[in-house]
Amino acid sequence: MTPPNGPSAAGTGAVPSLPIADQILEPSPARQLRRRVFGHAGITIGAGVLIFIIVVALLAPVLAPFDPLDQDLTRRIIPPVWHETGSWTHVLGTDQFGRDYLSRLIYGARISLLIGFVAMLISGVIGTTLGVAAGYFGGRVDMVVNFIITTRLSLPVILVALAVVSIIGNSLWIVIWVLGFLIWDRFAVVMRSSVQQVRDLDYVAAAKALGCSTTRIILSEIMPNIVNNLIVVATLEMAHAILLEAALSYLGLGVQPPAPSWGLMISEGKGMIFFDPWLIGIPGAALFAMVLAINLLGDGLRDVTAPENRN
Amino acid sequence: MLNYALKRLGVAILVATTVSIVTFSLLHLTGDPAMALAGAAATEDDIENIRRVYGYDRPFLVQYADWLIKAVQGDFGRSHYLKTEVADVVFDRLPTTMILGASAITFAFILSIPLGVLAAIKPNTIFDRLALTLAVVGQALPSFWFALIMIFWLGIEWRLLPISGTESWQNFIMPAVALGYYVTPAIMRLTRAGMLEVLASDYIRTARAKGIRPGAILFKHALRNAIIPVVALSAVQFGFMLGGSIVIETIFAINGLGFLAWESIQRADLPMMQAIVLVLACFYIVLTYLADMLNAFLDPRIRVV
Repeated sequence: MTPPNGPSAAGTGAVPSLPIADQILEPSPARQLRRRVFGHAGITIGAGVLIFIIVVALLAPVLAPFDPLDQDLTRRIIPPVWHETGSWTHVLGTDQFGRDYLSRLIYGARISLLIGFVAMLISGVIGTTLGVAAGYFGGRVDMVVNFIITTRLSLPVILVALAVVSIIGNSLWIVIWVLGFLIWDRFAVVMRSSVQQVRDLDYVAAAKALGCSTTRIILSEIMPNIVNNLIVVATLEMAHAILLEAALSYLGLGVQPPAPSWGLMISEGKGMIFFDPWLIGIPGAALFAMVLAINLLGDGLRDVTAPENRN
Repeated sequence: MLNYALKRLGVAILVATTVSIVTFSLLHLTGDPAMALAGAAATEDDIENIRRVYGYDRPFLVQYADWLIKAVQGDFGRSHYLKTEVADVVFDRLPTTMILGASAITFAFILSIPLGVLAAIKPNTIFDRLALTLAVVGQALPSFWFALIMIFWLGIEWRLLPISGTESWQNFIMPAVALGYYVTPAIMRLTRAGMLEVLASDYIRTARAKGIRPGAILFKHALRNAIIPVVALSAVQFGFMLGGSIVIETIFAINGLGFLAWESIQRADLPMMQAIVLVLACFYIVLTYLADMLNAFLDPRIRVV
């Protein structure tokens, strides 16, 4: 590298190389963030796997070789292709009703993603509203919200979800709403403390002095500054909702047969654990991979956007 | 301290009351208990009869008040299905769940505290990475699937452990692991964070300067202080675990409260479901209260708030 005013520049008559902006200035914050995001192994792996699962779920009708509900009792429990008796017709084999396991797995991704995403949205709206109100207004509002959070935490989630679903009846949307109404606690706790950290900062005081309405202050001054934390909680809660749905379906009170929910597939396969353990292994591994990917993404985003909260 | 304890006790009782209202309303208002009890083949007259016999025809608040007054005295009514006192059955099953919970939290401690300490004294090394990986993987592993995998390998393939029932202590190993691993990430992270903080403090530097052996510093000075928040957290996690035991008890056919809850849900046994949810919630409330008191006792700064 030639120094800017080195002798070579003067001697040869070449154009003196000027300091390039990159060498003087630090990279822009957006660029730094991009670099940290793409350089983070957890985010890359997590996002990669998750995007793959989402694409597969969206393209399910194209990708699935068979109808996931199509029964064929003459082709029951065919093992997957890596077994001696397996065949390429049914790559992941068939279940006890002769349904193609790969097709069920692909369609099952849709159910998990749908339940995880919508339950996360519902709980996000409830939890964020409560948390922001508690953090911004403080005092009595804070006391009441804290009380509601404590009460919610005292209720055992799985038990209450099972009991309510068993009474109202179980459909996909009931499961989604019940989960949404049960798992907002982390949103509320994190949003409350995030708002507490920014509500007394100068720019909020400035907005108040300018006479901005409370709604405006919360939406355009506070929310943009806590949205990082919101995204992190949202990913973790989505993973939580997916695991809960699987557990409910496993216990027989979540998504109902013949829908291809992964939890339900594990439940239907458990009777055959002695001879055909792959019936349990395949949907379980898919569930594990999906939740792991979402968690890696969430943990990674937290590392990148708020390294101080790592512990 | 006494002032703080009483104030928190008041809140705890208020929370317990609210929980009882929420539970009662959830189970009574989301469906018609008489219809569920009567079954699909019942006529309109049958349902009306059942409603009268079980008192479901009374106003909602009267039903709630009646239930609460009896519940406080330890009378949770009679089971619709078993036709025995709910309280007897619940308290008969409770010890099994407690044993399971205690074994699970013991397993969690054995795994997470050494790992957390190791990760803290050797930060950014292979130990730290291993501990972190274990935490991330642990949080993503569905507990019922993990339980089934253990049943397959340890129970069926290698025949090392019994796969169901509660006859001996060996029956509790797999359930305790399946239930306990889920809380290890939280305990491990907190142990690691606490140790890192304590090890950087002035009194540890002083102890090192005085020439005290590293082992003694680690265990007598550092860990003893870092473990306080871990104990408090564990109390809360224990409460969560009792709630989650329904899945594990069902898989391993352990005759505890969780299994009872699952059976009662299948049988639409409303009084039993109510009692179990309330007992578990109260257990959680008591545990968090004790954890708060422990924290306040050890850290006087908390008492002011």
